[in-house]
Amino acid sequence: MTLHIGTAAVNGHSHRDDTGSRMGMWLFLFTELILFGGMFIVYAVYRFGHPEEFQLAAQEMDTFVGALNTIILLTSSLTVAMSITAIQQGRKAVSMLLVSMTVLLALAFLVNKYFEWGHKFDVGLYPRAPELLSRQPGEILYFGLYYVMTGLHALHVLIGVGVLAYILFAIGRNRITSTSYVRLESGALYWHLVDIIWIFLFPLFYLIH
Amino acid sequence: MANPASGAVALEPDFYHAATRHRGILSWILSTDHKRIGLLYFASMMVFFTIAVLLGLLMRLEMLTPGETVMEPQTYNTFFTLHGIMMIFLFIIPGLPAVFGNFFLPLLIGARDVFFPRLNLLSWWLFVTGGVLALVSLFLPGGAADTGWTFYVPYSVRTSTNVLPALLAAFILGFSSILTGLNFITTVHRMRAPGMRWFRMPLFVWAIYSTAWVQVLATPIIGITLLLVIVERWLGVGIFDPSLGGDPVLYQHLFWIYSHPAVYIMILPALGVVSEIIPVFARRTIFGYKFIALSSVAIALLGSLVWAHHMFTVGMSNTGMFVFSLLTVLVSIPSAIKVFNWVATLYKGSIALEVPLLFILSFIVQFSIGGFTGLMLGALAINIHVQDTYFVVGHFHYVMFGGAGFGLFAAIHYWFPKMFGRMSFKKPAVLSWALTTIGFNVLYFPFFILGYIGMPRRYYDYLPEFQIYHVISTVGSWILGLGLMLMVVNLIISLRRGARAPANPWGGMTLEWRIPSPPQHENFQDIPVITTGPYDYSEFERQPAEET
Repeated sequence: MTLHIGTAAVNGHSHRDDTGSRMGMWLFLFTELILFGGMFIVYAVYRFGHPEEFQLAAQEMDTFVGALNTIILLTSSLTVAMSITAIQQGRKAVSMLLVSMTVLLALAFLVNKYFEWGHKFDVGLYPRAPELLSRQPGEILYFGLYYVMTGLHALHVLIGVGVLAYILFAIGRNRITSTSYVRLESGALYWHLVDIIWIFLFPLFYLIH
Repeated sequence: MANPASGAVALEPDFYHAATRHRGILSWILSTDHKRIGLLYFASMMVFFTIAVLLGLLMRLEMLTPGETVMEPQTYNTFFTLHGIMMIFLFIIPGLPAVFGNFFLPLLIGARDVFFPRLNLLSWWLFVTGGVLALVSLFLPGGAADTGWTFYVPYSVRTSTNVLPALLAAFILGFSSILTGLNFITTVHRMRAPGMRWFRMPLFVWAIYSTAWVQVLATPIIGITLLLVIVERWLGVGIFDPSLGGDPVLYQHLFWIYSHPAVYIMILPALGVVSEIIPVFARRTIFGYKFIALSSVAIALLGSLVWAHHMFTVGMSNTGMFVFSLLTVLVSIPSAIKVFNWVATLYKGSIALEVPLLFILSFIVQFSIGGFTGLMLGALAINIHVQDTYFVVGHFHYVMFGGAGFGLFAAIHYWFPKMFGRMSFKKPAVLSWALTTIGFNVLYFPFFILGYIGMPRRYYDYLPEFQIYHVISTVGSWILGLGLMLMVVNLIISLRRGARAPANPWGGMTLEWRIPSPPQHENFQDIPVITTGPYDYSEFERQPAEET
C-alpha cells in the first residue's frame, strides 16, 4: 500500500521521511498478520474439535509439493533481501536481476499451487463436491480452510508479484536508487510477510499427520 | 504563540480558492488535501445518514400499532438491517475520525497534511464504493439483506436476499477504515509540530490516536470474518455452517472481537470532542489532562477484551462469563474518569453557554445513562433477563446516538466556523438542540422500560400492553426528526448567509484557531513552535482573583 506513497507530498514540494514510511508499512503488515490470525484461530478451534478427522484429511496432502514450495519461497525471500543490499551498494543491474529472480520464484510457486489444487479437484475434494460432502464434518472443514487459507495466501503472492514488478520498473527508471530505496524495503517487507505466513501454513496443513 | 489569532491575516487564498491541479468536481474527488477529503467524507456521510434516519423513522412509524401499520414484515427486516449497516459502517464509524479527524488532526498538531495524503484519498474512494454497494443491494432482485447488521450465520448463509453485496460493502468499508487509522497513527508519530510532546497534544488528538489503533488492530478480524462468510455463501466452502461441520458460535466470537472494539471507534473520538469543547467554553484549563488522555488509551485497550459480553446466552463456560463480565465493568472506570474530569473542569468556570456546549451537556447526561445501563448489561444476572430486548437497543442508542451522535453535532457546531468560514445562526441552532435532546430522550427512554417488561428487539409485532410505550417512542421520533431537519436547514442557510467567521470565534487555545477561517491550503505559513500544553487558560483563571 505504502509503496506508491513513500513521501508525504505537500503542495508540490515533498518532504522525505523514510522512518515514517517504514512505520506505515509495518502497521499495514500488522493488519495483514491479524487478518490471517483470524483464520489461524478458526483453524485452531476446529482442529481442537476434530483432531482425528483433521489428521485423516491431512493424509491427502502431497508433502513433496508443499516442501518444494517452501524452499521456493524461502529462496525468494533471500533474493529480495539481497536486492536491497545490492541497491545500497549502487549495483543497479544486480539489484534488478535479484528482484526479477524473486518474481520468477513467485510465479513458480503459483504454478505449483495450480497443479496441486488441480489434483485435488480431480479427486473430487473441492467445496460442494459430492465426494467431499460424503466425508466427515472435520474433513469438510479441513479442506474448506485449506482452500481459503492457501487461496488467500496465493492472492497475496499474486499481489506481491505486482508490487515487485512495479519495483523493478522503478529501479529501471532510477526512482529507487542507492540513496532512496525505502520503497524497495517496503516491498521486501511485504514479501517476507507472504513468506512467513506460508511458513505457518506449511506445517499446519502438510506436516501434522 | 508566534502569531496570535487577531494578527492572523490571510496572505494566501483559503483552501476553497487555492490553485488546484484539477478543475471543478475533480478538484475535490481527486484532491489529496486533508481538508477537502474531510469535507468529502462529510458530504457523503450526510447522504447516508439522511437515508438511515428516514429508515429509522419509518421503522418507528411501523411500531406505532401492533401488527401491520405501513410495511410488511420482510420490509421491516430489511429496514432494520440497512439502518444498522448504514448507521454503523457509513455514519458513526467514519463520522468523527474520517470527517473531523481528517480536517482537524493535522491542524491540531501543527502539520500541513496527513502523512500519506494519497492513501487518504484512496480511503475515501473505498468508503464511497462500499456505501454505493450497500445502497445498490437495496434495489437488486432478491431484496435487500435481512440478517440484521450482525450477519449471524447460519441465517446469513442461507437467506435468499442480497447478503453478498452487503457483506462486500462492509468488507470494503473496513479496509477504508484500516487505511485511515494507519495514516493517522503515522501522522501523529511523525508530523507533530516542534515542541509538541505527547502530553502537549490536544485531547481530540489523543482520542483519534487511540481510535486509530483500534481501527488498525481490530478491523482486520471483521475483514477476514466477512470474507469467510462470503466464500461460504458464494462457493459453498464449509466454515461456519453447522451442516458442513462449522460452528456458528465461533462466527459470533469473531464478529464481536471486532464489533465490540468498533463501538469504541465510534465513541472515543466523541469523548475527544467533549474534552476539546469543555475547556473552551468554561474558560478553564482542563482538569486532569493526563488522566483524560490516558483513559482514552485505557478504554481502547480494555474495550478490545470484552467482546463475549454480547454472547452470555449462546453458550460459554462460567469462568468465561465471569471474566468477560468483570472486564466489561472495568471499562466504566476510565469512562467515569473522563466524566468526572469534565464536570470538574466546568466547576467554577466562566461558562459561555454556546451551542456546542449545549450539545456537550446533553452528551454528558445521555452518555452517563448509556454507560449505567451498559453496566447493568455487563452484570450476568440482569443480562440474561434483558438479552435481545429493547433494553439493549435503548442502551446502545443512548451511547451511540446520545453519545457519539451528539458529540458529532457538537463538533459540527464547534468547528463549523473554521471549516466554512461562516458562523451558524444561534437561535435556530439552540432550538434544534432542544428538539433533538427532547426528541431523543422521548424516543429511546421508553425502550428501557419496554425491554425490561419483555419486548424483544427486531420484532415486527407486539402484545397490546406494550403499545403505550411504542406510541410515546414514535412521537419522540417525530420530535427528533424535526430537530434534525431544523439543524440541517440552519447549517445549510448559515453556509451562505451566516456572518463571516473570525479566526477564533470561541476563544479557543488550540492551533486551529490561530489560522484564518477557513484555513489556507498549506494550513500554516510557518509551522508553529509549541511551548505549552493545549488548554492554557491560566490568564482567565487569574482574573477574578485580581478583581476581588
